[in-house]
Amino acid sequence: MATMAPPVPRQAPPTYADVNRDIIRTLDPPGKGWFLGMGVIFLGLLIGGVSWAIQLKDGIGVTGYTPPVFWGTYITTFVFWVGIAHSGTLISAVLYLFRSGWRAAVYRAAEAMTVFAVMTAGLFPVLHLGRAWFAYWVAPYPNIRGLWANFRSPLVWDIFAISTYLTVSATFLLMGLIPDVAALRDQATGWRRRLYALVSFGWRNSDGEWRHFMRMYLFLAALSTPLVLSVHSVVSWDFAMAIVPGWHATIFAPYFVAGAIFSGCGMVITILVPLRKAFHLERYITVRHFENLAKLCLLTSTIVGYAYFTEYFIAWYSGNPIERASFYSRAFGDYWWATWTMIVCNVFIPLFLWSKRIRTNITWLFVISIFINIGMWFERFVIIVSSLAHEFEPWQWAYYTPNHIEIGVIIGSFSWFSMWFMLFIKFFPALAIAEVKEALPPPGRTHAGGPH
Amino acid sequence: MATPPITTTRAGVVGVFATLDGALLALRELKSKGYESLTVYSPVPNHELEEVLDKPTSPVRLFTLIGGLTGTSLGFLFAIWTSLDWELIVGGKPIVSLPPYVIIGFETTILIGALSAVAGMFLNARLPKLRNALGYDPRFSNDKFGIVAVGGPAQASGAEAIMRAAGAEEVRDV
Repeated sequence: MATMAPPVPRQAPPTYADVNRDIIRTLDPPGKGWFLGMGVIFLGLLIGGVSWAIQLKDGIGVTGYTPPVFWGTYITTFVFWVGIAHSGTLISAVLYLFRSGWRAAVYRAAEAMTVFAVMTAGLFPVLHLGRAWFAYWVAPYPNIRGLWANFRSPLVWDIFAISTYLTVSATFLLMGLIPDVAALRDQATGWRRRLYALVSFGWRNSDGEWRHFMRMYLFLAALSTPLVLSVHSVVSWDFAMAIVPGWHATIFAPYFVAGAIFSGCGMVITILVPLRKAFHLERYITVRHFENLAKLCLLTSTIVGYAYFTEYFIAWYSGNPIERASFYSRAFGDYWWATWTMIVCNVFIPLFLWSKRIRTNITWLFVISIFINIGMWFERFVIIVSSLAHEFEPWQWAYYTPNHIEIGVIIGSFSWFSMWFMLFIKFFPALAIAEVKEALPPPGRTHAGGPH
Repeated sequence: MATPPITTTRAGVVGVFATLDGALLALRELKSKGYESLTVYSPVPNHELEEVLDKPTSPVRLFTLIGGLTGTSLGFLFAIWTSLDWELIVGGKPIVSLPPYVIIGFETTILIGALSAVAGMFLNARLPKLRNALGYDPRFSNDKFGIVAVGGPAQASGAEAIMRAAGAEEVRDV
């Protein structure tokens, strides 16, 4: 029994040429699976489109809104998508500033997810309007009598925050794409070559370009980091600035930011698992990447759990009967099902991630990430709907549930998001070619040098 | 037909290197021999190459700073000016209530700062580049490093010798 197993040769790290080949391969003409997916997405878009058309024609009354609950699933889903966007920026910008090498393989997909999630979120304030054609009224311009927007209103802050976030995250994504698109251009032919030549702005990998590019990239990361924290804080103030019991809490900004990162990391896992499998990227997106994402989920899940606990504790400790009643009704009133779904999905199920065996098992992670997505949607539902349904006076209390129109629009929103993502992965590299290379040993060496 | 001597037609040479160390060696040698107009193509940004080239810090940071400060001022000024344009007391607060305007000022700082960083990159890196770059080869976006040395024709021959000695796979005229 003294025989030693032969040493298992460790798989050599990919070379620069491997990276180009393997990542550019992901852009090959799509197969059956892709078209099938797009077919399902098209169906979902149709459902969403028809639902919205009915709402536009017959008015907002076709939704399940029950006075005084006029912020229902549309605003819930708006906050959900803004939250999803957050971990994309966290992974691309914050981990860049911290020089975390593992971000290179996952950040492009996360960043694309960010941009598409904000594009989806941006639809909801419009969908939520009774007269969607007046959506431009929220823009800061003077009305016919010269009166400007009220800059003390959180809704105006939100316009500034969300539009800045969309612009900056889209810029960040497009700038990061420049060197990679140049690599695609150099190997492409026909119309793709012309498209990539245009999008790469004639980038040639010269030292003069890299020198300015890296500075610009550093500053975009440095500016995006406080931006991402501010955006979800501002979204939380849409609620916290109102005096509705269950909303009016100083904890809201950090609580929402942690929740956003939590839900976003969950969504990144949900997206990366099938992406890795479909494109055979096991060599680049490794179990270590998933484990790191799982650790981020675990950390933010504990923060979110702590915030839930604090909310209940403060409701009790404040001695305010209205606040106490509101929180009691959340857990044991009409909306007990939503509240317990939220707590189980966001606090208890992520506890499995403490186990390394589960954390490094992709199937388990995928399942847990789905629960996180569901839980975080319910968190926003609980905060928004259960608070509005249980305000100060008993005669104001109501019970609202989304009806088929709202569910149709939500299906449409998931399809809209998926459509952009599916198109993206077939036109642009879902992994950052240049940055994956940067994390590898340069040709002729065995170790990745430098501070990365 | 007499071919003109090679030294009179050459504008410069491009060397293709398979390894980073080869490119670094050639670059150091060229720098020490006083070649000044060197362009390095590399598939990834690299600090060692940057150190040898020893270029000043990119002015993109100045663009970002100025853009960011402009954004801060514009955000605050916009909110203050519009509040004064039609004085309307809301919630018993002062007409110009600065705390909420911090949010507007903050967002415009980020927005204009980020866009200025991008503009600074485009201006300084001379993008978009419409013509072919001197000596560029598609392999430089894959796994090869390239050094372009331009200068007097005699220098070019010298450059070729240095590059070949450092292990260039290929040296061509540009």
